[in-house]
Amino acid sequence: MSAATPVAAVRQGSLIEARDVVLSYGPTPALRGASVSAAAGEIVAVMGPSGSGKTTLLHCLAGILVPESGEIWFDGRRVDTMSETARSALRRDRFGFVFQFGHLVPELTAIENAALPLMLGGARPRQALDQARGWFAELSLDGLEQRRSGELSGGQGQRVALARALAVRPEVLFADEPTGSLDSLAGQQVMDLLTAAARKQGSTVILVTHDARVAAYADRQVIVRDGQVSSLSRGRAG
Amino acid sequence: MALLGLLEREPSHGYDLKRDYDAVFGRGKPLPVGQLYATLGRLVRDGKAVAGPAEPGGGPERKPYAITGAGAAEVQAWLAQPAEPGPYLQPVLFAKIMLALLLGRPAEPYLDAQRGAHLERMGELTELRRSGSLPDAVLADYGLFHLEADLRWIDMTAQRLSALAQSVHR
Repeated sequence: MSAATPVAAVRQGSLIEARDVVLSYGPTPALRGASVSAAAGEIVAVMGPSGSGKTTLLHCLAGILVPESGEIWFDGRRVDTMSETARSALRRDRFGFVFQFGHLVPELTAIENAALPLMLGGARPRQALDQARGWFAELSLDGLEQRRSGELSGGQGQRVALARALAVRPEVLFADEPTGSLDSLAGQQVMDLLTAAARKQGSTVILVTHDARVAAYADRQVIVRDGQVSSLSRGRAG
Repeated sequence: MALLGLLEREPSHGYDLKRDYDAVFGRGKPLPVGQLYATLGRLVRDGKAVAGPAEPGGGPERKPYAITGAGAAEVQAWLAQPAEPGPYLQPVLFAKIMLALLLGRPAEPYLDAQRGAHLERMGELTELRRSGSLPDAVLADYGLFHLEADLRWIDMTAQRLSALAQSVHR
């Protein structure tokens, strides 16, 4: 008789962690005591059916949403009790984001899009553009610097979004269905590049996906069900 | 059929056939020499290949083999025939779930364990796809898509466990 051996979704020595988080949208509970953690440099996939609360959990971890109860910790600091200004600074300076649709600014060129968070963080335009350009080579985007988002394929646009997220050298990269709008091959390329780049610079990745082939890139997978988190795997690091 | 196909490419000695088979099809499971010569013997017996005279001083591995017209026709027919899709009903997964429900035991922990095992294997295949050659990647993709199909079935089944339990006990 096979049965799952319970494996904690929270681990010692984590860089980022949600502890017993509760959050509702009006009368509808989204998270009901969700706990999960990720170590520095670890890639954790958060899986679950539509409406299970996985994106809400990502938003809580990233300081976008503040839970009604429970705690969010990052690098030894409590995030959920920070001011909105402090959480904004955290998101801008230490986190990176990739969403299902690139959310590129259509009026800007690809390279300007990638450099935008650096400029918002106070970098000089030339310095920001140079730094972003380095990622264009890394992500096979050479030659596309001056294109606008309407002139990019879905895969190219998503790689520009990835360059934008990585340009700030984030300690945590949050990716919410990063291949959801792409065909299999383009999705594979984005995931190959995302995970290789994250590992190269030691970023932790919180990867929300319903796609098992995407989740398979992670070191560890957890599933959100009815607003709570269970581990599906022990992780490659044991 | 793979050996016959290799012979269609060019007449070969047993040793060369094994080397080519292992490189293209073996994928970590080399063809046993005994099986190689048993298969070649069957192909000759059935008129799909012919064996030339052994070269002086050589053992059986120095005997050249060549495909016949009948063998080439068989390769062509095999390539043209789609593989049987088959209603791959996951008999083991299905049996475990049904037995758990029949015995009044929770099936969800089993499904989670299966999800974990599938994801672990998919992780290995993803690594093979990333680090291997293009043929490795194409073969790994085949496995990944099949495992993904299993997982989709597991997800769908997980959402219907209550109804399934009721139908089992009806």
